[in-house]
Amino acid sequence: MAEAATLEFREATKRYPGQEQPAVDRLSLTVPAGEICVLVGPSGCGKTTAMRMVNRMIDITSGDILLDDRSVTEREPAQLRREIGYAIQQIGLFPHLTVGDNIATVPRLLGWDKERISQRVDELLQLVSLDPSETRDRYPGQLSGGQRQRIGVARALAVDPPLMLMDEPFGAIDPINRERLQNEFLRLQKELRKTIVFVTHDIDEAIKMGDRIAILQEGGILAQYATPAELLMYPANKFVEDFVGADRALKRLALQRVRDIDLWKGATVRIGESVAETRMKVEDADIDYLLAVDDEGHPWGWLSERALAGERVTEDFRSKAEPLVELDDVLRDALSDLLESETRYGAVVDERGCVAGVLSLELIGHILQTPPEEVPHGADALVADE
Amino acid sequence: MNSWLQLGQLEIRERQGGTCEANNGFCPDWIADNLHRYVDPFLQHIFLTVVSVAIGFVIAFALALIAHRKRWLLPPLSASAQILYAIPSVALFLLLLPITGRGTVTGLVALVSYTLIFIFVNVTAGLEAVPKESVDAARGMGLTERQLLWRVEVPLALPEIFAGLRIATTTTVGLAALAFFAGAGGLGEEINADKGFQSNIAVAGALAIGLALVLDLLILIVQWLMTPWRRAAAA
Amino acid sequence: MSLVLANVLNDFGGAIEFLFKQQPSQLDPNTEVGGISEMLDLTLKHLALSASAVAIGTAVAIPLGLYLGHHRKGEFAAINASNVGRAIPTLVLLTVFIAYIGVGFVPIMLSLALLALPPVLTNTWVAVTQVERDSVDAARGMGMTDTEIIRQVELPLSLPTIFAGIRVAAVNVVATATIAPLGSVDSLGTPIISGNVYGADGRLGAAIAVSVLTLAVSGALAALQRAVTPEGLKLGAGEPQRRRLPNLRRREAATP
Repeated sequence: MAEAATLEFREATKRYPGQEQPAVDRLSLTVPAGEICVLVGPSGCGKTTAMRMVNRMIDITSGDILLDDRSVTEREPAQLRREIGYAIQQIGLFPHLTVGDNIATVPRLLGWDKERISQRVDELLQLVSLDPSETRDRYPGQLSGGQRQRIGVARALAVDPPLMLMDEPFGAIDPINRERLQNEFLRLQKELRKTIVFVTHDIDEAIKMGDRIAILQEGGILAQYATPAELLMYPANKFVEDFVGADRALKRLALQRVRDIDLWKGATVRIGESVAETRMKVEDADIDYLLAVDDEGHPWGWLSERALAGERVTEDFRSKAEPLVELDDVLRDALSDLLESETRYGAVVDERGCVAGVLSLELIGHILQTPPEEVPHGADALVADE
Repeated sequence: MNSWLQLGQLEIRERQGGTCEANNGFCPDWIADNLHRYVDPFLQHIFLTVVSVAIGFVIAFALALIAHRKRWLLPPLSASAQILYAIPSVALFLLLLPITGRGTVTGLVALVSYTLIFIFVNVTAGLEAVPKESVDAARGMGLTERQLLWRVEVPLALPEIFAGLRIATTTTVGLAALAFFAGAGGLGEEINADKGFQSNIAVAGALAIGLALVLDLLILIVQWLMTPWRRAAAA
Repeated sequence: MSLVLANVLNDFGGAIEFLFKQQPSQLDPNTEVGGISEMLDLTLKHLALSASAVAIGTAVAIPLGLYLGHHRKGEFAAINASNVGRAIPTLVLLTVFIAYIGVGFVPIMLSLALLALPPVLTNTWVAVTQVERDSVDAARGMGMTDTEIIRQVELPLSLPTIFAGIRVAAVNVVATATIAPLGSVDSLGTPIISGNVYGADGRLGAAIAVSVLTLAVSGALAALQRAVTPEGLKLGAGEPQRRRLPNLRRREAATP
């Protein structure tokens, strides 16, 4: 069950009786194993319908959907659904069962023995950052919205299904917790590598979460199916352009990290170094200003001209070394920091806090104008200690 | 029409005792002496109540489950139960006499009819009130319709079902007091035998009301035991 | 089998005949009983008794329910009034009045009024407390006094539920008035209670008559309720909204 499955929509169509326009119109796309495919679009575009056609909660009118090259219509719906993780917006936990029993629902259906189920429940609770001993025996009514959301995800993961369907799973959460949950989920995905169909109406969430994004227009028509970077740089038509939003360029910045770009080389000096040597370093660097560092290489401040007046470098700062940009920061956040501090340059530090380079507004502007070759996205864009 | 007034009094039993009894008063001595008289009627009363509620529950519960899936059945079934309820119990007891004869069975048939509406309405309402997202999640996870019904819908409908059971039970205790019209015995027979005598009314009445309250409490306890998630949420 | 059926039909036939045609009494052949005019007379008495009882019970229950509900007081009493009321057999209620107060129209009517009280009280209380807080706040903000709020906001919005309670009360009272003759008050139950005078046909005939009457009253009130419910409240009219929040204790109101 652990192998991630491939999913293919083949001219999948859903037509409701008495309606001219189909809800989903000949949708064709393939989701490679282990990837997150986000279905996104305005209300009524058929994204939820398409998702629910996969586990046959909604019947397919024509066309087919293939899970690992097997049509989903081949099996009994109940059987099929037990192999697909299902997480919906309102979560739908069973109020009358404890958290543990909720998660154990499908394992029980499949006849797992008690020992195995108990272990799995604890495993899953830890996976979603909840304390098993505390949470296992509580009832959904006693928990907060965020906790219930995590349990919903844990429940969907219970039998380690090869495919997961998620319908706006973070929709009912406040923005702050939503971001946290999204990050945690991406971290999970990095470990688990499941094939996931993720429905959302929020284009920012789609860009953040998706390996591939399918934008649907009203009438269930596929407007574009592409990676987030492609989507942002080469929108297929006006609809996609409008849907993605006018700030496409800024959105692109959310996709890249500081570590991904070629930073400017800055001259770092220690107090007391010879000025002559320092002047040579400046020649080499991309930026004229000097960055003073301490013995460990941590940035101290930007030096003024007067620091180089004598033979040795003195402690004469023109400004503090703020903001400090981290290699793991998303470019958009780094830009935001620079603008806020009203500086054009920022010292970039690594995990140990040592200077790794210099980031400038100019550099960012340069990045915006040239398309990157490889833009990591989805779970790959996330780094371990986020 | 005075003659029937006297006839109404014809049923008075022989009453032993002194002035208290002669004055139709509340006489503790008489009560103590005659308590044993009420045992059989009381047991019969319990029997009538428990059996009719049990049978009524089985019937109404089954009907409600069927109507839950086949919605079009709801209006006719509700209407039928309503009509049954509207017929005064005394009338129903009498109407059944030519058909089922005189005795306990007739009493039971009538009493069962009265439990139906409460149980049917409450089971239906309970099933209706199950959160739609839990039902959707259950289906999406792969529960068959039957598993969905018994593992999710019915458990979540329990509070409402128990409410219906409590109402049905207390009402049946009350109606069983009139079962003597069908020849089914019960505490009502004792009451009717000597309706002007305060002691008689006091004892039989207290027994009937007490029974209703005790049964109500018992069901409440069972409900409390069977719905731990409501206790937890309230805590 | 056909013999049983024949007997049954015979019995019912005799009963229906009793309703329409006068017959000599079983007890005293010189007196005539039964027939349309007597049945109508008893029906009117039955309705008069029931109507007065419901009127008095309602006259007490509605103001009480409005007051308590508005001030959010007396929850335990209001909710459990119906439960307690249900636990008291109607026979016991009547005979308590007979034994401790006496026979006649007034005691019996009062006992029936007491029967009518709980459903109306509970429904009124539940309906008033479930009127949207916002509406009440807005009204208070506009400067309405408590009485005005009750009269102009809470009462109109509570009417469907209150009416449902009155329906239940009315059906219960009309049904129970059948045994009013136990307390020397005439009603359609008279032929039943005084079986010796009226005979088996009389008893059965009266049973049919009183059933028809109760059904008619129930149906008429249902139609009346539909007629007076404002369009906006038609959905879920008569049933107080049952909120399924785990923290809120459910309020049971009278259902049928």
